[in-house]
Amino acid sequence: MASLKDLRNRISSVKSTKKITKAMQMVAASKLRRAEEAAQNARPYAERMHSVLSNLAGINQNEAPKLMTGTGKDDVHLLVVFTADRGLCGGFNASIVKKARAKQRELEANGKSVKFYAVGKKGYDLMRRDLSDKIVDSISFRESSRVGFDEAAQVGDKVIDMFEAGEFDVCHLFYAEFENVMTQVPTGQQVIPASVEEDEDGENEKKGSDAGTTYEYEPDPAGILDDLIPRNIKIQILRALLENAASEQGARMTAMDSATRNAGDMIEKLEISYNRQRQAQITTELTEIISGAEAL
Amino acid sequence: MADSFKFELVSPEKLLLSEDANSVVVPGNEGEFTVMSNHAPFMTTLKPGMVTAKLSGGEEKKLFVRGGFADVNENGLTLLAEHAEPADNMTASQLDEHIEAARKRMDDAEHDDTRFKAEEYLSQLLHAKTQLPA
Repeated sequence: MASLKDLRNRISSVKSTKKITKAMQMVAASKLRRAEEAAQNARPYAERMHSVLSNLAGINQNEAPKLMTGTGKDDVHLLVVFTADRGLCGGFNASIVKKARAKQRELEANGKSVKFYAVGKKGYDLMRRDLSDKIVDSISFRESSRVGFDEAAQVGDKVIDMFEAGEFDVCHLFYAEFENVMTQVPTGQQVIPASVEEDEDGENEKKGSDAGTTYEYEPDPAGILDDLIPRNIKIQILRALLENAASEQGARMTAMDSATRNAGDMIEKLEISYNRQRQAQITTELTEIISGAEAL
Repeated sequence: MADSFKFELVSPEKLLLSEDANSVVVPGNEGEFTVMSNHAPFMTTLKPGMVTAKLSGGEEKKLFVRGGFADVNENGLTLLAEHAEPADNMTASQLDEHIEAARKRMDDAEHDDTRFKAEEYLSQLLHAKTQLPA
């Protein structure tokens, strides 16, 4: 049985932990709002990009750059895993890595070889233990307060350079899609080769083909695609980064919320046992005094 | 009064402008061009430079864009710019960093092809700089 002093110490330390988790929850909540806004602001660009791409999809496939059509093989897969740079956000990082590992096992079972590119410190930490020979590179944006296009371009350039050097054939992105504060869905998405037809909503597509207008291109369709496809990849990466940032804050908020609640429960229990012990002590003291008085 | 058309300027970070315009001057990669309503469908990449939009309200808006492309279709003009900022907030010195980076890229380039591209980009940046207030 812990002594009264021990209990007191325990209670005060749990109380200060509770304060910290509470503060972290509130910080996450405000960051979440900003991250959500950023993710939403990025949406129009992605939508326009999509409709432009579907306009272009009709042009001569032979002229399309390799980034769009792929190398024609699918032997080496690059998995770009986006995670947070900080922990304390529940199962957020682990679930993204888990998703990527599942894909890796599936690919390797089919005789493909797999490489990893870790974006974000935590994912790298999680993977380097048993995958160190497969991780080609890692990057972390810990210093930049908010991710923007420049960060996405950094990752994108790296991926494109590697593709052009023939280091892989197919590229997947792994990140957590932000659904709402409670739910973040780990998602895998293929970006190279990009197939416009595969992209989610068919609505834009129809618009593009319905228009059926003959575009004029400057310099020429292939030249535009050369410029556009890398840009599209960067946009997809930006989207992944932004979704991830929002998801991370959401996950942290939920994790910290339940931590705060747990701390509250714990304090309650500790206080009950503290009071019981205090009472018991008083009773013992009283009995001692009374029996002492009686003995006289 | 000329007909107006829908003009949208989007950067990856947000939708910057979505308004009706009478004419928009766009810095295309192969020369500046002006878009007015009923322009033929047209698509081109952008070079760094100034976009000048005459809005149907009579107001004139100037924005500085860097990288991206323009898409003209029956719905109007859409500019997808990698970076875009209202010109009022820009000064020429803000470009210096990018000019430095472009110069470095040109010096580091291993192939003539990439060096040529970097050089072209650099000269476009230098030209764009002259359009901005010091």
